[in-house]
Amino acid sequence: MSQTTGYVDLDSLAERVERLATLEGKELEAEEIALLGRKSGLITTKLKSLAKLPLEERRSYGARLNELRVKADSILVQKRAAATGVDALLVGADLTMPGRHRWVGAEHPVTRVVDEIVEIFRGIGFTVAVGPEVETEWYNFLALNFPPDHPAMDMHDTLYLDAPPVEGEPAGRLLLRTHTSPVQIRALMQSPPPVRVVIPGMVYRNDEFDPSHSPAFSQIEGLAVDEGISFVDLKATLIHFAHRFFGPTTKTRFRPSFFPFTEPSAEMDVECQLCHGGGCPACKGTGWMEILGCGMVHPAVLENCSLDSERYTGWAFGMGPHRIAMLRYGIPDIRLLLEGDMRFLEQVGRQA
Amino acid sequence: MNLSLRWLEAFLRRELDPRDVAERLTMLGAPVDAVEPLHTDLAELVVGLVEEVRQHPNADRLRVCLVNDGTAERLHVVCGAPNVAAGKRYPFARVGSSVPHGKGGAPTRIERAKLRGEVSEGMLCSARELGLGQEHDGILELTTDAAPGTPLLEALPLSDHRLVVDVTPNRPDLLCHKGVARELSASYAVPFRLPSIPGAESLDLPPERRATTTGKVGQVAVTIEDSVACPRFHAALIRGTRVGASPGWLRTRLEAVGVRSINNVVDATNYVMLELNQPMHAYDAATLRGPALVVRRAHAGERLVTLDDEQRTLDAEMVAIADAAGVIGLAGVMGGATTEVTLETRDVLLEAAYWDPPRVRRTRRALGMSTEASYRFERTIDRWAGGDAMRRCIELVLATGGGELADPPLDLWPEPSHPPRIFLRPARVAQVLGVEVPWNAIERYLVAVGATVVSKPDDGRIAVDVPGWRPDLVREIDLIEEIARLHGYDTFPSDLRPFRMGSLPEAPEEIAAAAVRRGMVEQGLYEVSRLPLGPADGDGSVRLRNPLSADDAWLRRRLLPGLLRLVEGNWANHVEDVRLFEIGTAWSGGGPGERPREERRLAAVFTGHRAPPHWTGTGQERFDLWDLKGRFEAAVALAIPAAVVQVERSAWVARDAEGRIVGEAAPLAADAPPWAAPLFGFELLLDPSPRRPPQFIPLPATPASERVLALLLPDGVTASGVSELLRRVGGALLERVEVESDYRGPELPAGVRSVAFRLVFRAPDRTLRDAEVDQAETRLLAALEDELGVRRRGAGAARGGE
Repeated sequence: MSQTTGYVDLDSLAERVERLATLEGKELEAEEIALLGRKSGLITTKLKSLAKLPLEERRSYGARLNELRVKADSILVQKRAAATGVDALLVGADLTMPGRHRWVGAEHPVTRVVDEIVEIFRGIGFTVAVGPEVETEWYNFLALNFPPDHPAMDMHDTLYLDAPPVEGEPAGRLLLRTHTSPVQIRALMQSPPPVRVVIPGMVYRNDEFDPSHSPAFSQIEGLAVDEGISFVDLKATLIHFAHRFFGPTTKTRFRPSFFPFTEPSAEMDVECQLCHGGGCPACKGTGWMEILGCGMVHPAVLENCSLDSERYTGWAFGMGPHRIAMLRYGIPDIRLLLEGDMRFLEQVGRQA
Repeated sequence: MNLSLRWLEAFLRRELDPRDVAERLTMLGAPVDAVEPLHTDLAELVVGLVEEVRQHPNADRLRVCLVNDGTAERLHVVCGAPNVAAGKRYPFARVGSSVPHGKGGAPTRIERAKLRGEVSEGMLCSARELGLGQEHDGILELTTDAAPGTPLLEALPLSDHRLVVDVTPNRPDLLCHKGVARELSASYAVPFRLPSIPGAESLDLPPERRATTTGKVGQVAVTIEDSVACPRFHAALIRGTRVGASPGWLRTRLEAVGVRSINNVVDATNYVMLELNQPMHAYDAATLRGPALVVRRAHAGERLVTLDDEQRTLDAEMVAIADAAGVIGLAGVMGGATTEVTLETRDVLLEAAYWDPPRVRRTRRALGMSTEASYRFERTIDRWAGGDAMRRCIELVLATGGGELADPPLDLWPEPSHPPRIFLRPARVAQVLGVEVPWNAIERYLVAVGATVVSKPDDGRIAVDVPGWRPDLVREIDLIEEIARLHGYDTFPSDLRPFRMGSLPEAPEEIAAAAVRRGMVEQGLYEVSRLPLGPADGDGSVRLRNPLSADDAWLRRRLLPGLLRLVEGNWANHVEDVRLFEIGTAWSGGGPGERPREERRLAAVFTGHRAPPHWTGTGQERFDLWDLKGRFEAAVALAIPAAVVQVERSAWVARDAEGRIVGEAAPLAADAPPWAAPLFGFELLLDPSPRRPPQFIPLPATPASERVLALLLPDGVTASGVSELLRRVGGALLERVEVESDYRGPELPAGVRSVAFRLVFRAPDRTLRDAEVDQAETRLLAALEDELGVRRRGAGAARGGE
């Protein structure tokens, strides 16, 4: 099979290379060293001394020599594979049989939504802040400019603790916070502006369970307070968020709304993620989905935190990761997110 | 809030497209939840002109009419109504069309029929058959002169759309048609005007205004005893009116917004409320004892039967309206049954009051009720507009029932006031909104919401008198919102401008929680999130004052009981392999007057196969005790690194540096089906403090020397006891001690087991000689025997017991 190379020495080498395929064990090892050993292998030394040959000879002789080396290498690789049983592993195996897996786990779908939101805001200078879930009326309502005995309180059906008010604090009646906004107050009292925080956490309402309501659900809130912050910053930042979260061409709209702690207040809608604006039952035919509430921080809130409301302005937003998770994963009932059914968790836990 | 499109059209005097109105209101801050076309079931009916009426040849009570329905043919229609007359127009259902309340009140398709031998090709309809009233004495005579064949909905003002608007609590002005018309007027840039009342004479009535708390209207003495609760009270007396059914236009208006028509007087008060947002009340003046009307605090225990026939018991915090003998109404909430206007009423006393919003709110909440009136009062009505509302109501009653006004309306207003004046700085507008809004635009927007711009911006600010119907406008920022709103939120630019980074550091507890969460997921566990409420859990449980249910009345102290229930739920679904964890909040009571202690905790449960079962036979084992210990140790290292795991009372605990128990792990007792594998779980405190990154230790440059010691451990000697001794005695050269196997068997003496330990010796600076390791081994064996009575099994350094 071996073709003559036209070089006597190479022809004999070629024979030895061919023979490699028939050798095993120590013999193979010895012959490998004899031919390809780094210091004195026959092929190796010839390759090293190529430079001494005249140019023309170097080309043809060198090419032949190199062919031999490549061939020897490939024979040796095959021999090794056979020796370590790679081929044997495959012999007779029905490769259609199921593979072996290990258990996997997953973050809760709501956690994944929160993490994604947090990451987007971290990218534009926000840090994460958290606060207690049991709060006083002052932090939850009064500091946030909720007038006492006002119908605005009806927007927050509150779960109160059966405990005496906290001593030494204003409006110290204890409750389960109805929103993450009390952490706004804590952040503003903790640090002078610039404040730029996102606040994830659980919040509580005296709501019966139904497919879209739960007494406990998550909220994530953002707050930016500094000199020179305006409604334009609010819009720009939240549109940036919507484009990152829902996709770069997602349409948004802002419409007036009411929250006691922001003024002007707004709702941001994004185009319906199901019908993309065409109108469907999920968006009640409007083509829009209400995603978050937002607004410029009410000067009274800044004043309640002893900040100069003439010097500082700010904006805030809040949204519900449970609701967003339901939209994103097509979950029809919020209770699925609170029940720990393994079948559900395995489904939505798959990394998309 | 329900709105009638036709009513709004009457204000704006132009046709409106319901979808466009909905879109505009939504973008102005009053989202429209639904647009419902009304009377669509009348779409197939037309105006029919009866040209000829003759007696039915075979029936006394029937007539045969010749009906012109706009087509070339004249249709024969048999009709039993006594009032059918030639030359009149009636609602007509052609053959094939449907009547909404036909036979048995159900929708009925009209067919060609023969009645007593006469062909009938259609039907002339009564009001009841159309769902427009209860009258069935005859067919509905139309007053229109619309051409025969005109669709009925075009000929009558019936076709309407109901807009269901979601009004935020700050905008009481949008709880009436006038307020919404004002918004639309600004949006469409067209004027708006109060619609005229059919048949009403415009009254020029200067009210009898008194800055006092008492007055008289007709024979009725009116007194305000509590002028904090009632700063202003209008009253008027109409004598000799007829109470009866309201005219069709009034009924149509009310029914279009879902309000049932009762009688012309009650309907007039409701109409005014829905048009002008002033809740009104009408009394049968003859039933007032005294006759008097007194606004006062209720006496505790005083009773009243309200208009809804409920017996109410009042307390001293509530404000009542009383006559000379006792309470007759709940101020701002609901009137009483005894003074109700009935068909027999002749003299009507009308009331238009302003009630203190928090007081109305407390009263109606204490009684567990909410009415159209209380809803409006607690959101603050326009206290400067009660006189206009009263005049409107009087006009309506006089137009629909006749009678005469006894006196000029009374207006008790002990402390007259003006709506507030607010100063606005255009520079502040730019600061908050981020763009310059031109001065003339600012003025236009403010005027559009009804404000009066008093002065021009010469000293950098303008004075703005806000209208009485906007109680939400109290400071400058409120005007800025109006400017932004009418400018249109979508017109503002949205370019991301430079910002300064926040000064607050990342919350360390969130970073810690994220690391723990990752670690748990890597262990194959699924995260869950739960309601943190449950039954009482020992001393120090914190209870809710207004729990959702008796089961969920307490704040949880631990996470594990809740996770246990989730496992049971999975078992109920025949799921054997369950692996869950939760990072959540738990509470325990502080002292009285203190906040409860609030902790972030981690808990996990798992049961079933250790790995997914595979056809090769691997993964058949179930989780066991050692999986629990391993996972617990890993979790402790993640969640509370300073803690150590110890054995305590046949389970494991984690103790922190101060020796407090911060975690526990154990097999769990649960309501398990027979096929379920053992269940294991642990719970831990999550240390919120920042973690130190692991520190690099130089990798060994010298070889290790390993020995395996198979040791005979008598009962009572623990592996950790042996390990501790080995480490202590082994000194610096003993780098590591590992347990390699544990064996009990018949060839071992009773009460003894064989445990093999792998010992790794190393000197950091040199290669250890065998002799050195032998020496160390001998020393260790001596100490083991000496201190623990532990001897080596057999002679060699063989493996343990296999």
